[in-house]
Amino acid sequence: MSEGTPPHLEARVRVTSSRREAATARRRPMAAALVEQTGAGELYLRGLLRAQLRLALGVLAGLAVVLGGIPVLYAVLPAARSVQVAGVPVVWPVLAVLVYPVLVAVAAWYTRAATRIERRLSAVARER
Amino acid sequence: MAPSPAGAAVLLVCLVTVALSAFGLRLSRRTSDFYVAGRAVSPQRNAAAIGGEYLSAASFLGVAGLIYDQGVDALWYPVGYTVGYLVLLVLVAAPLRRSGAYTLPDFAEARLESRSVRHLCSVLVVFIGWLYLLPQLQGAGFTLRLVSGAPLWLGPVLVVGVVVLSVAAGGMRSITLVQAVQYWIKLSALAIPAGVLLAVWWGTQGPGLEVTESWVLPGSGPQTGGHGLYRTLSLLLALALGTMGLPHVVVRYYTNPDGTAARATTVRVLVLLGLFYVVTVVYAVLGRAYLPTLGPGVRADTVVLRLPAEVLPGVGGEVLLAALTGGAFAAFLSTSSGLALAVTGVLNQDVVRPLLARAVPGDHSEVAGFRIAAVVAVLVPFAGVGVFPEVPLAAFVTLAFVIAASTFFPLLALGVWWPRLSVQGATAGLVTGAVLAIGAVAVTVLAGDRRGWADALLAQPAAWIVPLVGVVMVVVSLLTPQGIPRGAARTLVRLHTPEDLTA
Repeated sequence: MSEGTPPHLEARVRVTSSRREAATARRRPMAAALVEQTGAGELYLRGLLRAQLRLALGVLAGLAVVLGGIPVLYAVLPAARSVQVAGVPVVWPVLAVLVYPVLVAVAAWYTRAATRIERRLSAVARER
Repeated sequence: MAPSPAGAAVLLVCLVTVALSAFGLRLSRRTSDFYVAGRAVSPQRNAAAIGGEYLSAASFLGVAGLIYDQGVDALWYPVGYTVGYLVLLVLVAAPLRRSGAYTLPDFAEARLESRSVRHLCSVLVVFIGWLYLLPQLQGAGFTLRLVSGAPLWLGPVLVVGVVVLSVAAGGMRSITLVQAVQYWIKLSALAIPAGVLLAVWWGTQGPGLEVTESWVLPGSGPQTGGHGLYRTLSLLLALALGTMGLPHVVVRYYTNPDGTAARATTVRVLVLLGLFYVVTVVYAVLGRAYLPTLGPGVRADTVVLRLPAEVLPGVGGEVLLAALTGGAFAAFLSTSSGLALAVTGVLNQDVVRPLLARAVPGDHSEVAGFRIAAVVAVLVPFAGVGVFPEVPLAAFVTLAFVIAASTFFPLLALGVWWPRLSVQGATAGLVTGAVLAIGAVAVTVLAGDRRGWADALLAQPAAWIVPLVGVVMVVVSLLTPQGIPRGAARTLVRLHTPEDLTA
């Protein structure tokens, strides 16, 4: 603001910041080591990344085997295609209905596990 | 418009959408409100908004149409649309939110600290957004023609008009509210008629299913053109990995207050999508019972809309049709405005605002730029509607998933998890993926039906393009360690550390 601007004009500031910089993290000294990647901070991060990645890849691998396994099973074992339950080929209720609650359950389980890993990190960082 | 209940439902949905946007306009005051809803959106509402935005013409009409047409093999489409959110959850949901990126180009620039990668991503976002908008407009055209005999161009005009009004006027805050409401409109409009139709079918001892074995049993359909196993797996991969690269999906994650909320939101999204897709199957199966054949040249996408008159002739059928038509328009409008908003954000930041700053030196209104960009964002796909052939809606949107999976998936996955990704590696991968995927899509759209391995590989290219792009990104990154952004390690810390430690 230039000097001599009347106060009521000074109050009007055009905010033109770009959203790109919107959420730059402000650090607490507490977590400085972590963010600066010095010494112990680097170790924490490596552990965190590895734990989270292992969890994520585990979920994806399970998903790939189960979902991808369905068409593979039918291709390898054509007899399985016409397996019926109560007169309906079993693939219909599985793909049309049952698959969705399973996906939700996996998602809920993953969310809890991922949050637990983060909490453990927070606890360790606070102790320091 | 013809004075039919269905026509009235269309008008009602359009008016409500515009009215909700106008209401939001009074709430959104600052520029940041326009973009991010002030970041005060609960996971519950955000999930409904994501569901409302994501369930497009392809889901509302296309999924039932495709299952009606192809049978059990098409059940993979809704499964794939849903699995995409689980993959998004485990790989990028929380980190993406913590990156503070509003759009995919924002993420690319924040992570790689490179303007050129940013611009590359901007081009891709706009391209994918426009490709995804096309089937929405097509759907609006044939839906309105079916229910009121209106000319084919009227539906797209209506959608474009409402979207421009609501996006340009309200911005994100109103859109979030509108989208959340749209989800519940869509679910009710699909589920309640489905219940009625099922009850009538049950009560009147309606016609039984007369279907071929290839419709009922998996992997035996003649429509697959051979190599069904490969096609199924590749399709599933494209849908599962492409979701996170869709422009209107990522934007939604910014409205979560933090990474934990982003995860909670995604779990709820899976619930809402599952509820919806279970209902679509009812239409496909009842469609087979009541409409064993469609006339020549009739789109299978219209099965949902044709069913009420077959099951329940008279006033009852008309009321159900009105509900379904209203729901379908809610789908066209919500997805279109979500896409339009995403494309608008990118166009505004990367094209309109710089141009405007040059043309009008000094003081210019940022909101004006946003509005100009909004108009451009929808007019281009509108102009393209007539050019594209009539592909089944669910298959049409898959093209956008393929391109997103081939470009943004590797960028996001490696960007979030691999500190050694370099600018050159990302660029090489994005270009490779874009060229191959767009090439494959273009050949498929232009060349039409063929058979054999070449066709299978081009029609469902995700299974080979995505790994290839991943390899290109990794190898080029390893060869150009000087291109690793200086702040890469620090950025990765921010992406993975809970907010209570860094904020």
